[in-house]
Amino acid sequence: MSNAKKGVRLENVSKIYIDPKTNKEFKAVDSINVTMAPGDFITLLGPSGCGKTTTLRMIAGFESPDEGEIYLGDQAINSLTPNKRDTAMVFQSYALFPHLNVFDNVAYGLKLRKLPKEQIRKKVFDMLDLVGLEGMENRYTNQLSGGQQQRVALARALVVEPGVLLFDEPLSNLDAKLRVYMRTEIRRIQQQFGITAIYVTHDQSEAMSISDQIIIMNKGVIAQTGTPREIYYHPNSEFVADFIGEANFLRGQVAGLEADLMLVEVQGVKLPVARPASAPAVGQPCTLMLRPEAVLLREQGVLPCKVILSCFMGSYQNYHVMVGDTLVKIADNYPVGRRVFQAGEQAWLDFGKDNVHVL
Amino acid sequence: MARSNSARLDRKKFFADPVILFAIILVMAFLVLFIVYPLGMILTQSFSRDESEMIDQLEKQGQWLVALAGEDAALAQNDFPLLGQAAVAYANEYNKSRKTDTPEINACRAELEGYIAAVRQDQTLAEDFAAAVSAGGARLVSAEELLEHVEQIAALYPELGRPAFTLSAYMELFESSVFMKVVGNTLLLGALSGLCSTAIGFLFAYVDVYVSTRFKGIFNVVSMLPIVSPPFVLSLSMIMVFGKRGLITYHLLGIRNANIYGLHGILFVQVLTFFPVCYLMLKGLLANIDPSLEESSRNMGASRWRVFTDVTLPLLLPGIGNAFLVSFIESVADFTNPMMIGGNFTTLAAYIYQQISNFDVRASSAMAVVLLCISMALFIIEKYWLERKSVATLTGKASRVRMRIEDKGVRIPLTSVCVLVGVFVLGMYLLVPLGACFKQWGRDFTLVTTHFESVLVRGMQPFTDSLEMSLIAAVLTAFISMVIAYLVVKRKFFGKGFMEFVTMFAMAVPGTVLGIALLRGYITGIGHSGFMVLVGTSTIIIVAFIVRSLPIGTRSAVAALNQIDKSIEESAYDLGAGSIKVFTSVTLPLISDSFFSSLVSTFARSITATSAVIFLISARHQLITPQIMTVVDRGKFSEACAYATIMMLMVYAAIAVMNIVVSFFRRSRRVKERAAVQ
Repeated sequence: MSNAKKGVRLENVSKIYIDPKTNKEFKAVDSINVTMAPGDFITLLGPSGCGKTTTLRMIAGFESPDEGEIYLGDQAINSLTPNKRDTAMVFQSYALFPHLNVFDNVAYGLKLRKLPKEQIRKKVFDMLDLVGLEGMENRYTNQLSGGQQQRVALARALVVEPGVLLFDEPLSNLDAKLRVYMRTEIRRIQQQFGITAIYVTHDQSEAMSISDQIIIMNKGVIAQTGTPREIYYHPNSEFVADFIGEANFLRGQVAGLEADLMLVEVQGVKLPVARPASAPAVGQPCTLMLRPEAVLLREQGVLPCKVILSCFMGSYQNYHVMVGDTLVKIADNYPVGRRVFQAGEQAWLDFGKDNVHVL
Repeated sequence: MARSNSARLDRKKFFADPVILFAIILVMAFLVLFIVYPLGMILTQSFSRDESEMIDQLEKQGQWLVALAGEDAALAQNDFPLLGQAAVAYANEYNKSRKTDTPEINACRAELEGYIAAVRQDQTLAEDFAAAVSAGGARLVSAEELLEHVEQIAALYPELGRPAFTLSAYMELFESSVFMKVVGNTLLLGALSGLCSTAIGFLFAYVDVYVSTRFKGIFNVVSMLPIVSPPFVLSLSMIMVFGKRGLITYHLLGIRNANIYGLHGILFVQVLTFFPVCYLMLKGLLANIDPSLEESSRNMGASRWRVFTDVTLPLLLPGIGNAFLVSFIESVADFTNPMMIGGNFTTLAAYIYQQISNFDVRASSAMAVVLLCISMALFIIEKYWLERKSVATLTGKASRVRMRIEDKGVRIPLTSVCVLVGVFVLGMYLLVPLGACFKQWGRDFTLVTTHFESVLVRGMQPFTDSLEMSLIAAVLTAFISMVIAYLVVKRKFFGKGFMEFVTMFAMAVPGTVLGIALLRGYITGIGHSGFMVLVGTSTIIIVAFIVRSLPIGTRSAVAALNQIDKSIEESAYDLGAGSIKVFTSVTLPLISDSFFSSLVSTFARSITATSAVIFLISARHQLITPQIMTVVDRGKFSEACAYATIMMLMVYAAIAVMNIVVSFFRRSRRVKERAAVQ
């Protein structure tokens, strides 16, 4: 295996399973096309059952695609067994070998590559230093904490210098604080090596903080691909908007189009919003997306509403308000100096035209 | 189909791994050759026709035609008597080889067919011959009568050697009152044995799990003893204690003609042998009952007895049924005990052995099939119905430690019954080495060592042969069962269901049936071909050992493998290990406990095995168990005890060695772990 970082390309890849209950076929992955650039950190994000893990396992070779072709670098790898693929995987359960100590776990892949003993020693110790496990090489896996086991798994995968590093929800068994710490560690090490990483998770904040590219999957298809910023601010569907962060949706009608503005009528009020590249025609229905932190509740604003819940959360003031019959959630991030509304009061939503995104 | 592409790719990956393919083919070949084929052999034999009757018939028809010629030399040269001669020759030739394609029989057939064609063609031949015979005055025949006989011959001879299906062997068996009595005996003994074993096993399990007791040690010993001891040890000590010159019956009570032989004797011995198995099964289930279920019943006002009948017992009912069936199956398959103290009470397994010397292939095959069917039926009920049910009712793990019953009114009687039974069983086993030390058990209680000496002087061959074959079988079984378990649990391939089924199915095959099936399958080579004539070799004995132990080894390995997260092997695979490397560097070390336990149990089972190998031993090989049975048959109990003692010592030594090896691995690991922390 070479130690050059490699890109991954999926062309029209599908995977069909048989539902054991109904005995019918369904597509767990439905003709997806993805190009992953070498050296990027790519996250496959989606709710459970969206096909993200299946996609990852197809890249690793544990599952075979029913349609399409997978390329690692320039090589078509569909018919290669997992041990012949230049990938290394970090498993959700870590999958450390319980009968081997830390050193032997990390050295396992190197021994298979028949490296000289001295070189193996050096590489393993360097790697253990890098992941912060110096002095632990003689421990057995059951003597390690969850975070340490995670590091061993990472070291074991990294030390063979694979073309692509695969992560299958590697942090889901850790507690919340450790999870945050480990994801920055993973990102640091990935950048240090400049290795291509494909990371599966259902945790959107993990995906946001770690990725160069996020691929959002839903029901076997790709919902959207983009940088974290693009996906957060410019979701292309209600599903994506709702899945990434919190989102409020206001339904309305296009009331007018101008050079770079579009007027949308919501609850009888004409709101000016930035005109999207492909705007619907006048009279067409239209949905506006508002992030909770992009709206303020004031005594005067653009849309009248009624407060139904007001709750102090520490770092922000949480409101639920009704705009007509639509529930809107608001997170007022630093309400100091502003009036705090109580449930039952009438108030106004206030937001600028750049804070609204047209779906 | 849309899924075909991934199936194709999976196939491609599969074939990129020749080792797995090779392993599958080897295992399949083993299962087919040594389980499916021999059993199929006795099945087809049991449904085959009794050909000797047809041969007789053909011969008789031929002789009738020959006899017509009488003393007349001229008549004897006629086509009809010659046809008769050809028919007789054909019958004799077939009887010799039982084959239809040897050069000799082909010549006979050609001759016979020639005559038949000739007489059929020309009606006048028959008329002339009939007239000539009648004129001779010996008897009157008509041309029609002559041709009728010819047609009968023409119809009969092609039937020989042609496979045909008939139930006649079974009809004869079921019409035989002796056989039906034997079947009745077997079922009666099985049911009684199952009932009593389950009851005592349940009592032990209940006391162990529910009652506060200080006698845990005896429970462990009692449950271990039958597993590591030869199956006939209890029969032996039974005869020594309760027999005609028994320690208790004759010497203590002064009963002159005590008779331990018969149903009560076998039942007693079988219960003592099988109840520990029930105890272990039920103990596991009882321990899994969540104590809060019973506590809530008690909390709502139920007495302890009501709790037992309303909660504990219903929850355990499928498990009790399971234990009953398992000991039922064991009892039906038991061969040694009925042989040793059955007396006139014959069970099916023993009956088949007694009848094998009659050389009636069809009848003995049919009997073996009947025994197999009884065993299979019980096994299927146990496996597919009760086992599932008992898992369904007891899924939860006990959430807390159970409060044990301290009440003296419950504790003392229950515990004392268990301790009494335990001490009795223990005493029975201890009697065997003791018995070997007296000059003549029952008559002359002088302490001597002559028995051991005579056993050792007479020759170590039974011991070395048994030891050697059992060791080979143990190593092979441990390895094959790990491979089968790995393939079945971790791999997908065509024929996996078959492999799983056959391995499990072998558990229900009684030793007697396996012995007779291997004998029939390989006595003249595979499929009578003269190739692989294994009967008389040590190979067939080792094969019998392996087949007997394979299901148990596989079952424990499957359970161990199911505990291993599949991603552990996947990660090795992903890091670049081929499948054989994954198996040896990851899978095998993780199930090493199961490997070693399969090694020990196969060794213990093989060295004490009797039922299957008794059909397969030859003069070239001696094994201990048949030797002991011969010695017992001659009434030399002390010598039998000496044999049994040495054998038990060998088993215990093997187990001890294995335990040391295993614990050495564990300790060295523990030491390393401790060193790592410091």
